[in-house]
Amino acid sequence: MTLKELWHRLGSPRWFYRFSGPWHVALGVLAALLLTAGTVWGLVFAPPDYQQGESFRIIYVHVPSAIVAQSAYLLMGAAGLVLLVWRMKLADMVLAATVPFGMTMTALALFSGAAWGKPTWGTWWVWDARITSMLVLLFLYMGLYALRQAIPRQETAGRACAVLALVGVINIPIIKYSVDWWLTLHQGATFTLTEPPSMPPQMWIPLAINVLGVYCLFGANLIGRLRVEILEREQGTQWVRELVARQAAGGGR
Amino acid sequence: MLRSLLPRGASLKPLLSIENLGCERDGRLLFGGLTLCLAAGECLELKGPNGSGKSTLLRAVAGLYPDYTGTIEAAQSLYFGHRPGVSAVLTAEENLRWYAALCSGSGAAADALARVGMAGYERVACQHMSAGQQRRVALARLVVCEAPLWLLDEPLTALDASGQALVRALIADQLHRGGAVVCATHQSLEVSGARVLELGVREPAAQAAPG
Amino acid sequence: MKGPVGVFLGQLRRELVAALRSLQEVLNPLVFLFLAITLFALGVGVEPETLGRYAPGIIWVLVLLSNLLALEGLFRRDYDDGTLEQMVLLGRPGFLPVLAKVTAQWLFSGLAMTVLAPLAALLLFLPGEVLGITMLTLLVGSPALTLLGAVGAALTVGLKRGGVLLALLILPLYVPTLIFGAGAVTLAMAGVDVTAQVYWLMAVSMLALTVAPFAVQAALRISLEQS
Repeated sequence: MTLKELWHRLGSPRWFYRFSGPWHVALGVLAALLLTAGTVWGLVFAPPDYQQGESFRIIYVHVPSAIVAQSAYLLMGAAGLVLLVWRMKLADMVLAATVPFGMTMTALALFSGAAWGKPTWGTWWVWDARITSMLVLLFLYMGLYALRQAIPRQETAGRACAVLALVGVINIPIIKYSVDWWLTLHQGATFTLTEPPSMPPQMWIPLAINVLGVYCLFGANLIGRLRVEILEREQGTQWVRELVARQAAGGGR
Repeated sequence: MLRSLLPRGASLKPLLSIENLGCERDGRLLFGGLTLCLAAGECLELKGPNGSGKSTLLRAVAGLYPDYTGTIEAAQSLYFGHRPGVSAVLTAEENLRWYAALCSGSGAAADALARVGMAGYERVACQHMSAGQQRRVALARLVVCEAPLWLLDEPLTALDASGQALVRALIADQLHRGGAVVCATHQSLEVSGARVLELGVREPAAQAAPG
Repeated sequence: MKGPVGVFLGQLRRELVAALRSLQEVLNPLVFLFLAITLFALGVGVEPETLGRYAPGIIWVLVLLSNLLALEGLFRRDYDDGTLEQMVLLGRPGFLPVLAKVTAQWLFSGLAMTVLAPLAALLLFLPGEVLGITMLTLLVGSPALTLLGAVGAALTVGLKRGGVLLALLILPLYVPTLIFGAGAVTLAMAGVDVTAQVYWLMAVSMLALTVAPFAVQAALRISLEQS
């Protein structure tokens, strides 16, 4: 199948539902394996940091969740563009399905950042550049969520969120840069979190595994939500009725 | 939406052509498989009970409602909806000047107001006018802004007998000039030679939508 | 006048006349600005050193909030009386009337606040030598506030209670302008050259100017679908 064909077929929720079943399972299993391996390795077998001791291990939660939270917002920007330009139904569903996951991951990154701050800086909250950017990102997610809730008509809500997500995506680099600059103004030299490249391999390999794992989790979660969303939105159509009837009769998918 | 670039009346192309138009709103099928063609000098009356999709059809043709299937090709249109489109803090003349600027129309505001029987009200703020008078000011934009296709949604609302006669005269003028009119109304429009499209109320789309 | 210039000027003229007719509505956000400054003085204390040190941040945050209050009504009345749908349908090209509306809005909020900045500076004991830079940052930074805010106002105009939602949608996008604006004034108080920050404010405003009119146009069409 060429890319063009795939693009064309993505226009059909029915096709996507059929196609995505195996991917849902595969990504879910892969996510479970990778996250288990990465987390066990990181928490048990990786050596403690010479400066921070054991507390640095929060990195195995903090960094993957922060990375995937930002990727999810980028994906929403792309989905918003596709929805506004090509009017693809699936793009609206991607937009709707990504918000809860992205918001959860942002909150997790903030929480783990705070938990990391306590042993490192002696306080639960520090206006660190990365954490502050994540806080703004959380507000951006909340805005998208609130806008969708506020607009009763589904198609309208989707397009409105698409515009907002696009404007947000354009702004995120500027927000990140401005926050970085703001920090140099108010704190001078800050303690930067240990960057992965400067870590020994025993430390960053489990981190890389966890990052991969959390992307797989995102994929599995997204596909799962999309499948539910498709069934809900297409519940009046013939193919969904047949599918439900077959499931009720005890058949497979 | 394709906009006709040819001068008005010189075109043999229909001013409005709708093909296999289907419209679903909030899970309910309003209409489906609608095909029609409107040429210069033709008037189409939309009839049907409340909720049959008359307004939605007009808004779709005007370009205010994108969720339809099928194709709509319409010439440059003027839409006259439920909301009059008259700013209350501005005077009648200021409202029409704004319209003239927006659509680069040529009609003078004072002439247009005289045409709709509102001469002498140029400098009166629209918030001091009755609902019917405001509708008349709104009608004046049909004179100020010229367009080959008029889309009128219940234009007779809130108008007295002379106001209703005015609407009929405006429509007759538009048809005479080689324009076309689509008009949703509950009352009879009494335009000679007008075609009528009856929209009915359908069952919820759950049963009717194709798979 | 005809053509694009006529569309822009016609819309701008309409907005200015309408604003002057309902002057009280235009003035309310400005009154709010000074009311909030008073509250800050009462809450923080009136020692010139304390208040003066925080003055840049206080002024910029309150300008942000006053702008937000002003933006809530940007499209509301036009939406209710039906002129908004006519503007979207008839204006060619469609972003021009939007730009004219935003320009008028900025004149009565961003520019008015810049002009009133000396008074705010006086009340907050902002050192006199940074007054010029404060006004400059407000002048070049506030267009971004109005432009980005207009996107939020356009998205929420069809909703019954859009006010708090508008704040939630728009304030995160104001972060860069706030940081560079307040940061530039703070640095200037320490005697540092702030040319870079002023350029950044201009850059953010220019980016907003290139993106926002089209986003507002799209958002208005989306909001009009529901009626």
